[in-house]
Amino acid sequence: MTDAPLLDVENLWVKFRTRTGVFDAVRGVSFTLGKERLGIVGESGSGKSMTGRAILRLIRPPGFIEADKLELKGEDILNAPEKRMRQLRGGRVSMIMQDPKFSLNPVMTVGQQLVEALRAHEKVSRSEARQRALEVLDEVAIRDVDRVYDLYPHEVSGGMGQRIMIAMMLLPNPEILIADEPTSALDVSVQLQVLDIIDKLVSDRGMGLMFISHDLNLVAKFCDRIVIMYAGRIVETCKASELRNASHPYTLGLLNSVPDLEHPRDRLEVLKRDPAWREAPSVSARQ
Amino acid sequence: MSAITIKDLTVWFGTGAERNDAVKDVSFDVADGESFGLVGESGSGKSTILRAIAGLVPTWSGEMTVAGETLGPKRSKAFYSKVQMVFQDPYASLHPRQTVDRVLSEAMRLHGVENIDSRIGTLLDDVGLGPGFRFRYPHQLSGGQRQRVAIARALACDPSILLLDEPTSALDVSVQAEILNLLVDLRHEHKLTYIMVSHDLGVVGHLCERIGVMKDGRFEEVLTVEDMRAFKATSPYTRHLLESSINSIR
Repeated sequence: MTDAPLLDVENLWVKFRTRTGVFDAVRGVSFTLGKERLGIVGESGSGKSMTGRAILRLIRPPGFIEADKLELKGEDILNAPEKRMRQLRGGRVSMIMQDPKFSLNPVMTVGQQLVEALRAHEKVSRSEARQRALEVLDEVAIRDVDRVYDLYPHEVSGGMGQRIMIAMMLLPNPEILIADEPTSALDVSVQLQVLDIIDKLVSDRGMGLMFISHDLNLVAKFCDRIVIMYAGRIVETCKASELRNASHPYTLGLLNSVPDLEHPRDRLEVLKRDPAWREAPSVSARQ
Repeated sequence: MSAITIKDLTVWFGTGAERNDAVKDVSFDVADGESFGLVGESGSGKSTILRAIAGLVPTWSGEMTVAGETLGPKRSKAFYSKVQMVFQDPYASLHPRQTVDRVLSEAMRLHGVENIDSRIGTLLDDVGLGPGFRFRYPHQLSGGQRQRVAIARALACDPSILLLDEPTSALDVSVQAEILNLLVDLRHEHKLTYIMVSHDLGVVGHLCERIGVMKDGRFEEVLTVEDMRAFKATSPYTRHLLESSINSIR
């Protein structure tokens, strides 16, 4: 890539102070994100979500972040004042959380929330905000937008709730979208729909997408580049199309432990964790 | 002989105008030693069938015969020593203030099992946990270990039928593989009959021989795993499910 990447992360650490010393959740991760779809895969506790949150500086005490470099299009966000961070969050970098049930405000209608999200970042009139909210709802493939606009979150299904979340995140036209397990609370058949929508929006708008998931197969199908995390470090990185040539035993273990409808096996492979994986230095995913 | 026969099962919640039929006229048989899978989206009624069999939903009609016993509104004590259930979320289904030892021994005491002490050792061995886990509390266990304890508890009274309600959906894929292997082994060792609910066709395909696809409380179709692999589904909904699930890259 010739021009500066959207996001440049070098040697990122997320640490938590505990009674028994400092616990390192993310240990020296480096990667860049351009106008591409970057998948971050790992098991629970591998630090993938923490990496996503660290970029928005959403780690609360007793957690804290250390990094050599954390830049958003050349702008340092590691030391940016909180006021500036509030403009960036949602404005230039948006995050879609896992479960729409917990991320939408239950006592505001869908429309009110969308308008609020937009007006927090741009000076627009109420009527214009409403118009844009309706447009973006249409963009995420919601039929009958006028009706949905006035519904409360409990009146919509999980799949629709997630699409509303996506709509809300897209309203201020961010450059980077961080999707933290956006489909794991949804049924398989709805999952693909939501992914298609994200995919279309990302390519139409030329955004960078950071897709955090535990599902290696899903990520392989959906992303351009994959980063595999284990115990807070990156153990392997590759192009999604080359995942079948992956060599790290952890990656292979993850791939083989998934029961596969097409290729049945008598026994599923069980991961044998090697303590050396934990100690091996993090692989850089910078480009 | 079939272990489970369900005929025209209807399960509803609420009464009068509020009445909502979660399961509508469902019939199926599960042979002795067979493993039957139920798949479908959330809200399709798959878990409700399991709960109705286990006696956790009182509002049902139809005929259910399980392990030779025709079920009425109340379940006999003998029923529960033959049929046990494993729940979805191992974080919620174990008592947080009771040790593994207490959880298992209570289940056995209720069923009048003798030699509780030595049996706890065997049970923990069976599910691949060593004796070192006996006096631990749930918070000292990982998700996979908790699910093993939940399975051990279900096996405590030596049942012949296990009802599995999404036993691995709260777990990582690597841990899921361990639990699925364990379930396969236990089935062979103890000659168990399974009914397993899952939304993941891969998981159901690994463990079950026949699969009932549910939609809106009804069976769309019942087909064997081989047919499913060969893509011989007749209903468009099953085809759609299959297409969404086939995403392996190897």
